[in-house]
Amino acid sequence: MHIVVCIKQVPDSAQIRVHPVTNTIMRQGVPTIINPYDLFAVEEALRLRDTHGGEVTVLTMGPPSAEDSLRRVLSFGVDRAVLLTDRFFAGSDTLATTYALATAIKKIGETFGAPDIVFTGKQTIDGDTAQVGPGIAKRLDLRQLTYISKIDSVDTDAKEIVVERRSEAGVQVLKSQLPVLVAMLEGTNDLRRGTLEEAIAAARAEVVRWSAADAGIEDMQKCGLRGSPTIVKKVFAPSARSEKAAFIETEDQVPAEALIDEIFKRQPALEDDLAALASGY
Amino acid sequence: MADAPKTPPAKPQAGGRAASKKELPDHFKPYKHVWVFVEQERGQVHPVSWELLGEGRKLADKLDVDLAAVVLGPEGAETQHVVAEAFNYGADLAYLVADPLLRDYRNEPYTKAMTDLVNTYQPEILLLGATTLGRDLAGSVATTLKTGLTADSTELDVDDDKSLAATRPTFGGSLLCTIYTLNYRPQMATVRPRVMPMPERVERPVGKVITHPLGLVEGDIVTKVLDFLPARDSATSNLAYADVVVAGGMGLGSPENFQLVKQLATTLGAEYGCSRPLVQKGWVPSDRQIGQTGKTIRPKLYIAAGISGAIQHRVEVEGSDLIVAINTDKNAPIFDFAHVGLVADAIKLLPALTEAFRRRLSPHNRDKLAS
Repeated sequence: MHIVVCIKQVPDSAQIRVHPVTNTIMRQGVPTIINPYDLFAVEEALRLRDTHGGEVTVLTMGPPSAEDSLRRVLSFGVDRAVLLTDRFFAGSDTLATTYALATAIKKIGETFGAPDIVFTGKQTIDGDTAQVGPGIAKRLDLRQLTYISKIDSVDTDAKEIVVERRSEAGVQVLKSQLPVLVAMLEGTNDLRRGTLEEAIAAARAEVVRWSAADAGIEDMQKCGLRGSPTIVKKVFAPSARSEKAAFIETEDQVPAEALIDEIFKRQPALEDDLAALASGY
Repeated sequence: MADAPKTPPAKPQAGGRAASKKELPDHFKPYKHVWVFVEQERGQVHPVSWELLGEGRKLADKLDVDLAAVVLGPEGAETQHVVAEAFNYGADLAYLVADPLLRDYRNEPYTKAMTDLVNTYQPEILLLGATTLGRDLAGSVATTLKTGLTADSTELDVDDDKSLAATRPTFGGSLLCTIYTLNYRPQMATVRPRVMPMPERVERPVGKVITHPLGLVEGDIVTKVLDFLPARDSATSNLAYADVVVAGGMGLGSPENFQLVKQLATTLGAEYGCSRPLVQKGWVPSDRQIGQTGKTIRPKLYIAAGISGAIQHRVEVEGSDLIVAINTDKNAPIFDFAHVGLVADAIKLLPALTEAFRRRLSPHNRDKLAS
């Protein structure tokens, strides 16, 4: 079985700061991490490989420095890493990104064997769109299974997969046909630590580096800014509300009563609502 | 990028995407009207659909076009009821694909139904809820139609030249950006539940319903639904629609102190939530997270204890009627958007507040005060 996992190197958004005066993003010194959701996809792929045999290829699109993320997943024991990097990809929105990734996955299929499963994380923590998985699936004509909390079974002979898909209303148990695209939910498994041997091998391993042309991308008009139908017109910090919070001033060390008075003064109807909600007491 | 490109370098583009505005291609010029996808699972409409009809109404009025509801579902009374409700929430007309194959959500038939409708009836704007269903469907539909899709918008507007301006958090929620899809149609966006207010429901007769065939048989659909297990603990998903929410942040200092938030919430019959760091530290499960990667809330009362109030938190709680912030740091950004502020240690205040609320709200005291 051949499994392809798409990962993304993202800025650690918890570390991003906005310049207090200019309202611009301070990018300097912001560390990069593997998109946390993608790690669940990597682990799920490794588990399936360990059970059913085969290979796991990890693909990322990004700047040359994204190789760091690939070396890290190599140390977990993935079999192959492909870095898709080209300045033509700069400024890609999700539609342009899925064109590049889908074309690269096709090329991976031709070069290393057609994938049975393509994994992604639920979404990335920088874009947060959850659109790249569905986009890749559509472009490669794969069935798509998103928000997957569990893979119940994979039958490599019958080419069948059974998964649990989480929605707001409950859990769907779905059976589909390989090849499929699976977008994994968070918290579904625990990522393994690689062995020392794997870490040493990862440091020495070759990372396959492809330009757009290497990956078989023919139409540069579909890449980067040119290939992106969405246009970011402006980026801004939300304007400050003219009215700041009214502070409760009281001599009381623990001004709970004063706070409740203020709440009910501003929202008189709340007192009855709360009494009804709290009627168990 | 530092590596040498193997293809000739492109000419530098001035101004990025903002500079690429062109005339809308002729084949997109007939695209008209605002559509809202009305999402249902087993006859239950997700309330975000009505919120979107309320917002769609405003956009349609600005553009002077019709607002249409798109209803996909099985044949029968349940689906007819959804269509009727769409008119009560302001739709001018409805597009309906009713087929037994649409009973459960599956990407394949839903994508086909939606893309067929768009290609046939040509809307200029298509809005969907940013739910698991809406995001799964929107991504496939936008890629099939090769158009732009703005995820998780927090604000929608129509600008002077009638383009859809969709605003959403960016850079991990620290800034907002406004996104356009100028040269492609439809202009698509998803919107998170509770970002838009619920419109008033007004009984109206059912208007024009345009039915469209699905054009699939079960054998065409590869993915099968083997089982459906309804969510057992519905309380976990009530956060977005709760009337009162109490939430805690890093100011609480320890996972044990988060119990103080839960106790106040229980006393108030409220839902509890938390800011992102508490989920990342594993103190609180992720379905309780409020903020950009968590839930959007619009309660009547929101009490934020020990939460500093980064922008990604702000945009997801701003719809609350009354925001009460408790923080030891009087310069915390949460005081920039809270209505009532209290510079205090939440660890000390929360137990006192719980006790004081319990006294005030107990039936015995209330009867005494009333008499």
